[in-house]
Amino acid sequence: MSAPRTAPGTASGTAVLSVQDLAVRFNTDQGEVDAVDDATFDVREGEVLGLVGESGSGKSVTATALLQLIRPPGRIAHGRILFGGRDLCTLGEETLAHIRGAEIAMVFQTPRTALNPLITVGEQVARLYALHAGLSKAESRKRAIAMLRTVGIPEPERRARQYPHQFSGGMCQRVMIAMALASRPKLLIADEPTTGLDVSTAARILDLLRELGQQTGASIVLITHDLGVVAATCHRVAVMHAGQIVEIAPVRALFARPAHPYARALVRSIPRVDRAVNMEPIPGVVPSLINAPPGCRYAGRCPWVEDRCRRDKPMLKEIAPDHRVACFAVEDGRAGPV
Amino acid sequence: MADLVQPRARAVPALSGSLRLVGRRLRRNWPSAVALAAIVVMALMALLAAWIAPYEADATDPAAALQPPSWQHWLGTDIYGRDLLSRIIFAGQVDLSVAFGATAIALAVGSTIGALSGLYRGWVDLLIMRCVDSVMAFPAFILAMAITAALGNTVTNVLFAIALTQVPTYLRLVRGEILRIREMEYADAARVVGNPPWRLVFVHLLPNCLPPIIVQGTLAMGYALLTMAALSFIGLGIRPPQSEWGSMTAEGAQYIVTGEWWLFLFPGLAIVVMVLSFNLIGDALRDFLDPRMRGVR
Amino acid sequence: MAVPALCEVTDLRVQFPLRGLEAWVRALRDGKPPVVRAVDGVSFAVAAGETLGLVGESGCGKSTVARSIVRLNQPTSGSIRLAGTELTGLSKDDFEKQRPHLQMVFQDPTASLNPRLSVRRTVEEPIRLHTSLSAAERRERTDAVLEEVGLGADLAERYPHQLSGGQRQRVNIARALITNPRLVILDEPTSALDVSLRARIILLLEELRARHGLSYLFISHDLATVRYLASRVAVMYLGVIVEEADTAELFARPLHPYTRALLAAVPVPDPDARRDPFVLSGEIPSPIDIPAGCRLRARCPLAKPVCAEPVPLRQLSPGHRVACHLVQEEA
Repeated sequence: MSAPRTAPGTASGTAVLSVQDLAVRFNTDQGEVDAVDDATFDVREGEVLGLVGESGSGKSVTATALLQLIRPPGRIAHGRILFGGRDLCTLGEETLAHIRGAEIAMVFQTPRTALNPLITVGEQVARLYALHAGLSKAESRKRAIAMLRTVGIPEPERRARQYPHQFSGGMCQRVMIAMALASRPKLLIADEPTTGLDVSTAARILDLLRELGQQTGASIVLITHDLGVVAATCHRVAVMHAGQIVEIAPVRALFARPAHPYARALVRSIPRVDRAVNMEPIPGVVPSLINAPPGCRYAGRCPWVEDRCRRDKPMLKEIAPDHRVACFAVEDGRAGPV
Repeated sequence: MADLVQPRARAVPALSGSLRLVGRRLRRNWPSAVALAAIVVMALMALLAAWIAPYEADATDPAAALQPPSWQHWLGTDIYGRDLLSRIIFAGQVDLSVAFGATAIALAVGSTIGALSGLYRGWVDLLIMRCVDSVMAFPAFILAMAITAALGNTVTNVLFAIALTQVPTYLRLVRGEILRIREMEYADAARVVGNPPWRLVFVHLLPNCLPPIIVQGTLAMGYALLTMAALSFIGLGIRPPQSEWGSMTAEGAQYIVTGEWWLFLFPGLAIVVMVLSFNLIGDALRDFLDPRMRGVR
Repeated sequence: MAVPALCEVTDLRVQFPLRGLEAWVRALRDGKPPVVRAVDGVSFAVAAGETLGLVGESGCGKSTVARSIVRLNQPTSGSIRLAGTELTGLSKDDFEKQRPHLQMVFQDPTASLNPRLSVRRTVEEPIRLHTSLSAAERRERTDAVLEEVGLGADLAERYPHQLSGGQRQRVNIARALITNPRLVILDEPTSALDVSLRARIILLLEELRARHGLSYLFISHDLATVRYLASRVAVMYLGVIVEEADTAELFARPLHPYTRALLAAVPVPDPDARRDPFVLSGEIPSPIDIPAGCRLRARCPLAKPVCAEPVPLRQLSPGHRVACHLVQEEA
């Protein structure tokens, strides 16, 4: 990771993707699960937006929803996902198939399982060029090898002829990134791309993602539970808790002055490598999302909770330039100095 | 997705929860409900045969020979005047008990040997698998035929023959499962805690192989039934006058030409219904035992 | 001054024979059957009441070390002593008698619980196997342990699929503690857990250690957690220990290039943090073909010709051992 970088654009940067009031629900044996509750956020041109939360926070579901890949028993209950001037939620499957992979690409958690074990790596990348750019076999192959080189795979001509099982985890992830960026998408969604990778490999994958984002001008949505990854890689961060987005801020602001009680608790609960800390576990448990209660879902765990919090849902409000928080206590100033 | 749903706060009483689940499953999957009903009915009829059969199985009545279905004889009579319905009910005792017995024995023996084979591996495993290969080299039915032809077709021999042809299936199944789960972390944990090998197998490993074994068992019941019926059909199974669906169907086949269709149809139907029911139950059981389909986890 | 060591591992080596076609090819080529030298001469000691952290990335052998101590793997050679008793030579039966003193908590809380056994049966199994307590006494003890790990006794009749991830890990911990062991090996106990759950489990582990005077061998790739829990840390790479020191010392002054690179790679939750740009080239080599001399040589930016010589783990300052030629030259 290089020296701290400046965020592209300002608070009014052009939005590549605009999510408005997105709600995703699942119909299960035990009732309806409210997995994502009125999520609203933007992804700006050229930035890396972090989507942070624990498991069950809805971050992966949000990513899946962006690509319109939610299948029964799940459904998008309401909301708009604006991309390239169109609402993705209203588009037909054929149009979406053109957009996926070409304009919005995704990198998954366990790279080896996301690759086809029966096809050589070079072939898998080349097919994407043939598909999206309509290139000939020979030309696709050349581009594929060039892409493998770009993502840092040594001896790409030789490696392109190998199969995924001959690659290490880190290499597989590089291949996935190569495939994702093959068509120069405007938006790349990376869902926990470093899970299961060694520390040093993970660091290099994150570096690679950031550099390629800068080079190609693509925006990246980086989904993770690791605050360290967020601090090192993202420009802005959206914090999710139990399906609700509770805070969106530039990364420095989030770490220096976390506003939402959950964000504060999260920062205080993690151990650190660079200094000795007193870890304070986050009180309470994530509430059940089945027939979820109205109001703020952090209410059961929050030290500043009031009756109002259980009834009404706080909306994201700006408390500082480009720093928005959904919390009544913060609005009213009850939550103490940020 | 499963992560989104928190387990319920109150403890769920295991039994009523499962029954509710069964009820819900059956409602959604009516063929299985029908199959389950058919099996239960047949089993009950076999058990209570002495009380519910309208006539004795071998009560002859020459005056009423070869009667089509009527109010006195619901399914008609055969050439000796024996009531077909009663014969089918009593035959059910033999058929179901042999099918069940053979399956149970094959399951127990096959699973145990398979478990030991999978656990110890090495030359024990090699030896056992070569024996299995030898048995499986014969088409199962030919092997059953050979055994009953050699040893004589008593009920016991038929049971033994069918069981033997089924043992390899369970053996391989369990061995495969054991090979898979012996490397799982709870197997390691059980070893670290100090479980001796026998306890490891019977408390930790085998119970977790159960679902495929049970499903295989229900499917195999149908197959056992068919094998027995087929053996009797060609005369190597249960001997008359003991009534048995297969031999009854064989006898009945002679009368199709002369028009007494009921003698062939009803015993055959009994076989078809039972085998089909076992198959359907097997499918439903497999789904039922799949932990992912339990809702939460 | 030296605290008596509870667990002493000396020159532990664990080798696995390679199988398959590749093995034959190599055997023909090299003239001897190929082995994977997963653990290649590891020595360390865990003092009573302390936590030793064993860190490293995939293929370093830390899990193999742990498994060898509890005999899930057979050590090829070397010595493992627990409270003075030599474990490696013990017969099967004698080793089983040692089990109550030596327990393990595994990584995946779900996979390490038998899905068919209730919490009570799982937790009570160790004392069922090793003690002659009556059913009532066992019940009492099980309830007590469950309370201690923060699970109400009302959860005892539940099955693993009815518990959350954090609860399952607590069950694992309860099972490990019920026999009052001296040494508990923790194999990545929080890696499969959510960030917010980790803090609780870590604090619980620390509390239990302090209360019962336990010793922990804490295996992890999560350096931040190791920094919190461990009093001493040993860093492993490709089957050997490359550096060992008190926690504060190791994190403040990492001497071995691998330790430096590892620490530099951990992302820190501080956007303004400047990262040490110390990076190793290439990837971790396979443990089949271990290079002669220093194992890091091919990847180390500081490598010099002397690095082709075998490098022992040498004590540089009290409590701080490093296996690096270059560091020693400076000292």
